Amino acid sequence: MDAKERLAIPPQPMPEQSPHERIGNQREVPQGYGPEAAMKEACRCVRCKRPFCTEGCPVGIDIPGFLEAVEKGDFALGIRIIKRRNVLPAVCGRVCPQEAQCQLGCTVGKFHHDPTKSVGIGKIERFLADWERATGKVEMPTKAAPTGRKIAVVGSGPAGLTVAGDMIVLGHSVTVFEALHKPGGVLVYGIPEFRLPKEIVSREAENLKALGVEFRLSTVVGRTYPMEEVLEDFDAVFIGSGAGLPKFMGVPGENLLGVFSANEYLTRANLMRAFDFPANDTPIFRGRKVITVGGGNVAMDCARTALRMGAGRSLIVYRRSETELPARIEEVHHAKEEGVEFHLLQAPLELIGDERGWVSGMKIEKMGLGEPDSSGRRRPIPIKGSEFVEETDSVLVAIGNSPNPLIPSSYPAVETNRWGGIVANEATGQTSVRGVFAGGDIVLGAATVILAMGQGRIAARAMHAYLLTGRWDDLEQAVSAQGGMQ
Amino acid sequence: MHQILSRETIGPDVCRYVVEAPEIARRRKPGQFVIVRICEGGERIPLTIADADPQAGTITLIVQTVGKSTLQMSRMGPGDLLADVAGPLGRPTHIGNFGTVVCVAGGIGAAPLFPIVQALHLAGSRIVTLLCARNADLLIMEEDLKAVSDELIVMTDDGSRGIRGLSTDGIRMLVDRGLAIDHVFAIGPPVMMKFVCKLTGELGIPTTVSLNPIMIDGTGMCGGCRVTVGDATKFACVDGPEFDGLQVDFDELIRRLGAYKDREKEALEHFRSDCRLGQ
Ligand SMILES: Cc1cc2nc3c(=O)[nH]c(=O)nc-3n(C[C@H](O)[C@H](O)[C@H](O)COP(=O)(O)OP(=O)(O)OC[C@H]3O[C@@H](n4cnc5c(N)ncnc54)[C@H](O)[C@@H]3O)c2cc1C
Ligand code: SF4
Ligand code: FES
Repeated sequence: MDAKERLAIPPQPMPEQSPHERIGNQREVPQGYGPEAAMKEACRCVRCKRPFCTEGCPVGIDIPGFLEAVEKGDFALGIRIIKRRNVLPAVCGRVCPQEAQCQLGCTVGKFHHDPTKSVGIGKIERFLADWERATGKVEMPTKAAPTGRKIAVVGSGPAGLTVAGDMIVLGHSVTVFEALHKPGGVLVYGIPEFRLPKEIVSREAENLKALGVEFRLSTVVGRTYPMEEVLEDFDAVFIGSGAGLPKFMGVPGENLLGVFSANEYLTRANLMRAFDFPANDTPIFRGRKVITVGGGNVAMDCARTALRMGAGRSLIVYRRSETELPARIEEVHHAKEEGVEFHLLQAPLELIGDERGWVSGMKIEKMGLGEPDSSGRRRPIPIKGSEFVEETDSVLVAIGNSPNPLIPSSYPAVETNRWGGIVANEATGQTSVRGVFAGGDIVLGAATVILAMGQGRIAARAMHAYLLTGRWDDLEQAVSAQGGMQ
Repeated sequence: MHQILSRETIGPDVCRYVVEAPEIARRRKPGQFVIVRICEGGERIPLTIADADPQAGTITLIVQTVGKSTLQMSRMGPGDLLADVAGPLGRPTHIGNFGTVVCVAGGIGAAPLFPIVQALHLAGSRIVTLLCARNADLLIMEEDLKAVSDELIVMTDDGSRGIRGLSTDGIRMLVDRGLAIDHVFAIGPPVMMKFVCKLTGELGIPTTVSLNPIMIDGTGMCGGCRVTVGDATKFACVDGPEFDGLQVDFDELIRRLGAYKDREKEALEHFRSDCRLGQ
């Protein structure tokens, strides 16, 4: 097939539950490609000499390589190529912001002057991972001979799981400590079932267990197990404790009843499965007109969860315009299809309560757009005299999360920056304390699954070099000397 | 999984459990709590660690039946397993020799107060404990508290035991008696703590309270446990559970505690009907 023929193939649609149907259940929205659609979509790739997709991938997956394998129907090879770089493809295929990464620079999208027409890399990645799981042909990596070294991983989000997976394969003994009762971090407590089935996350954890990783759940490092003791008992430690501290708006009325952080609302719904109440014991407030404040993935998840909890109306209030919405395009699209109302260029000023102390309204101010600010996005400017009140019976605050303060506050030896994140060397993940590495949201602030994973990889590699050589001050050189390993 | 080693009824709808939890027993300090999940599908409920035995590797929990989860727990006994016990959580109580300390226990509040009294006593404080309840049946832990207090005064609202009156009456009585109080610790129903703090505020006595808002994770991740203390919003599970009582907005706390009342009732009904079906 020549390039012209390839460029003529239209993007292959992925079947989805209809908006009307899906807001009545928790099942996943896109249903995934079958083999034919995946192979056809893979044919759309023109095999660039310089693959911009791989350059845009935070972990540098050989994308044209796996697309070629899929085109030929060699799915086992395809998944093997992905897994060289990405240990959680079933997760990343579903939640990565592909349109801002691999699919952003894709030649096919450029050719059509339409980034949504780029090769559906994420969809094919998801297909391969699901194919592997469904056929039961999950290839377990071979473990190196035991090194006799023990490492601890704090937190079982994507960063921690990646470190655990890499280190166990390298022959080290690995123990993961997780504060909550299930492994997965944000993947289980934050991201909803309809976007990432929890079955996938638990399967990943099961695979790690099968490789010999020990999980100590409901164990809070810094409380159940002080960092000082962890350091005595283990040869090295990776901190992947995430950005679990919810930000509030700081407007009057925020502690009224019916006002929840996104974390609380989503934790009730997802981790505690409150959508299946009373079969599960944890309740959730089912608002009739729910306002979510914020414009990221977290806000989309809240607004869409609210619909599934029976809200008649679900509104998003966001202070910038549509182009600045930080959420994945697909999430915004799905939210709109489901009937989420976007109130853009609006900012909450105050929450108003009724006589029982429940929230009953939100005082909102309209915004205009000014000059670009330090983030390069145009700065919202309040429009004087534009205030109005929107009635509501529940408000979900989804304006971001800060690094989890538990470890820094109970273990001041580890250096932090002024946002409360742990300072770690970009090339190695080393912190200010010998033997202690960190990565993911605890270092980056609320970021993405793939960046957390990427940092986990880097840290695992450096940790391995540290355990073998004992070098710390020039660990970066020791890592390059080690080479080879990815 | 954590095994329940013993269960003993110590009041109407109040049970004392000894639970196997060696790491928590070794590290817990007064004022800290655990988050318990009874079974798969269960809620995460905060329970104060009332006592611990590091040698035996056990902790003591005192639980009043108030909803579905606690009712379910009250039907468990020796040998049964709790799905998760996470802790110790929260900041430990600041313990020291505070001089003369009045410790006010309201109802089930005697349980969280006990380890604090014990530690204050060891640190050399002089302790007068006011053990208060609505009626005689609801008094718990009298002997335990007596053993670690210099003086223990029993009070009931209806006069069915000890002195008749509210905890605030007890504090006034002590002041009238000429007792120079350096510090008050008050743990009990939020309404009780509110009125104690109103009084001690007027009397200018520093007062520490332990708050029990609704919690989920207990690790500072959800903000569901937020309380207003002075001008600031605090997360009770990580910044507390103890706070300067004179600064706490109790009305807000009381309102927030009622947030899921209807839903909780529903869960309880559901559980009761399920149990009937199962019989
Ligand atoms: C609702 C929501 C939707 C999102 N959607 C997307 C998306 O679509 N795409 C995307 O790429 N990213 C998304 N993100 C962001 C992404 O989930 C995170 O960037 C990523 O999970 C960070 O991984 P992590 O391993 O650093 O930390 P986390 O996933 O936060 O995991 C940290 C874990 O550490 C545990 N922990 C913390 N402290 C301790 C301690 N002291 N002891 C033991 N355990 C501890 C926590 O309980 C938690 O389980 C979303 C985030 C949220 C909240
Ligand atoms: S940029 Fe697009 S067309 Fe080029 S190799 Fe990558 S997926 Fe294929
Ligand atoms: S219980 Fe979630 S932050 Fe305190």
